[in-house]
Amino acid sequence: MTLFRGNATTSLFTLRNAVVAALVVLLLTLPVYTDLTGNGFLLTLFTRIVILAMAATSLNLIMGFGGMVSFGHAAYLGIGGYVVGILAFEGFSSGFLQWPLAIAISALFALVIGALSLRTRGVYFIMITLAFAQMIYYVGVSLNRYGADDGLTIQRRSQFAGLVDLSNRTVFYYLCLALLLGSVFLVWRLVNSRFGLAIQGARSNDRRMQAIGFPTYRYRLACFVIAGAMCGLAGALLANFSNFISPATMHWTRSGDLIVMAVLGGMGSVFGPAIGAVALLLLEETLSGVTEYWQIILGPMLLAVVLYARGGIVGILEKIGRD
Amino acid sequence: MLLFIEQCLNGLQFGLLLFLLAAGLTLVFGIMDLVNLAHGSLYMLGAYFAATFAALTDSFLLGVLLGLLATLVVGMALEVVALRRLYGREHLDHVLGTFGLILFFNELVRLIWGPGGMNLALPSWLNRSIEILPGVPYSAYRFSIIVVALAIAALLYVVVMRTRLGMLIRAGASNREMVSGLGVNINLLFTLVFGLGAALAGLAGIMQAPILTAHIGMGENILILAFVVIIIGGIGSIRGALIASVFVGLADTVGRAFLPDLLKLILSPAAASTAGPALSSMLIYLLMAIVLVLRPEGLFPAAKR
Repeated sequence: MTLFRGNATTSLFTLRNAVVAALVVLLLTLPVYTDLTGNGFLLTLFTRIVILAMAATSLNLIMGFGGMVSFGHAAYLGIGGYVVGILAFEGFSSGFLQWPLAIAISALFALVIGALSLRTRGVYFIMITLAFAQMIYYVGVSLNRYGADDGLTIQRRSQFAGLVDLSNRTVFYYLCLALLLGSVFLVWRLVNSRFGLAIQGARSNDRRMQAIGFPTYRYRLACFVIAGAMCGLAGALLANFSNFISPATMHWTRSGDLIVMAVLGGMGSVFGPAIGAVALLLLEETLSGVTEYWQIILGPMLLAVVLYARGGIVGILEKIGRD
Repeated sequence: MLLFIEQCLNGLQFGLLLFLLAAGLTLVFGIMDLVNLAHGSLYMLGAYFAATFAALTDSFLLGVLLGLLATLVVGMALEVVALRRLYGREHLDHVLGTFGLILFFNELVRLIWGPGGMNLALPSWLNRSIEILPGVPYSAYRFSIIVVALAIAALLYVVVMRTRLGMLIRAGASNREMVSGLGVNINLLFTLVFGLGAALAGLAGIMQAPILTAHIGMGENILILAFVVIIIGGIGSIRGALIASVFVGLADTVGRAFLPDLLKLILSPAAASTAGPALSSMLIYLLMAIVLVLRPEGLFPAAKR
């Protein structure tokens, strides 16, 4: 059994799995390194990377395995974040209330959006998910009580009755990392289950799956809702991380960033988006250190990845591993 | 009443501007099956080119003309260098690759022209108001946008429906392999169509520049609107794009102007002042969602392949 795709013939010791293992070890031991060197910035950067990796992982579930290219996935980041922000603003800072509610409300939005969007296909699906995300974005802009355009500062991070202290940077990092690994595990279990196989079957040939008796619409909708809920939790983490939530979190370019992460890392492999998130955000960080005009390098690089590196980083690793 | 007429004209003008953008987008989409997010960048480049050339030559018309030409050249070069390689790929690849191009062009403009915007000053013969109906004054420039856009729409109709080039374009849209099999240089055709789309986007940007100054990121918001238009109109249909863009332009402009007041009739003033702007911003997305739910392929789907 490998961590990927359930292809039983590949061995456990491939280059790809080695890189994944190295990345996991690196993420697990990072706080030790930052403690020793006192490099708090690195830990903050990686907390953000881990949270966005979780969002990209959730997007990959519908995009990589289900073939549903959602161009509005950042909406759930915003919904999860606003649930935490609004509850904190109104004086409910218990995480036991905030987080389940963030998940539930994101799932509810995903249910409505998915139920309507999944009637369309292909590029129409891309655009209708974008339209819904734009609507939610403008709802965020109009929330005058909660800061409207300027966003909402969160005074107190979610409280867990003294069990977990989110204001401790290391604790918060490990919590995010645990949730990321949990999400990856969940996606892996899902895509290798009967449910996941039905989803992938519907991606390849929807009509045939229907003909052999699968109600594919319901399967795809369930998948869409799971991804939305997972991203909503990532949004709750993101709001806690930055102590702030604003409509900008839901801007359509943020949705674009999530797609970039998933594709850069490698869609259709469960760990790909996490690798993509690490790669993209580290690249951004490095390039912006080199030149103020770093996007002039990043943009053509994205195009090059699309043109010459299909399958993303995981695809490259697999290719090198085979040769 | 005067205000209502003026807002309707503004809506029509905005809609026709959207049409210029959407026509190029829908042509490229319908014929090359390419989702081009960088279309908005060409719109932005058009505005910057025109402003630069107008400042250099000290002539508004010359600036517009040179700006248009420059956008056409950049568009064709872009097709040859990069986008040609994306044909036949998945839509996701298009979205990603052209998303990268947006980042590139935004940064390029910031590098060349700096982070501040650029003004395109109107000559005095456009910068005044005329009486389009007895007792109804209207900006001469906005009126000229309506005239130019309508002329372009008519020209586009003639080119696409009545010329040999248009015949090839339509043939390419319905069966690309067959057209190239019949000995047409499909690569050249595609480059021409892309250049045409780029020039239309550039023209829209140029015409918008005197109203809102040319600035970085100006292409993105309007690009989303142009996509809404072609989705509502049905991908590949120029007629659909024209109808949908006027519809969207009117709904957006008139909605923004009057929806808050209308809401005050049924809601409390406080609730209306909160919901009004949000609802009017959402209006067109709502419109698109409704259209797609009822007609998953848009109002005027182009002929099936």
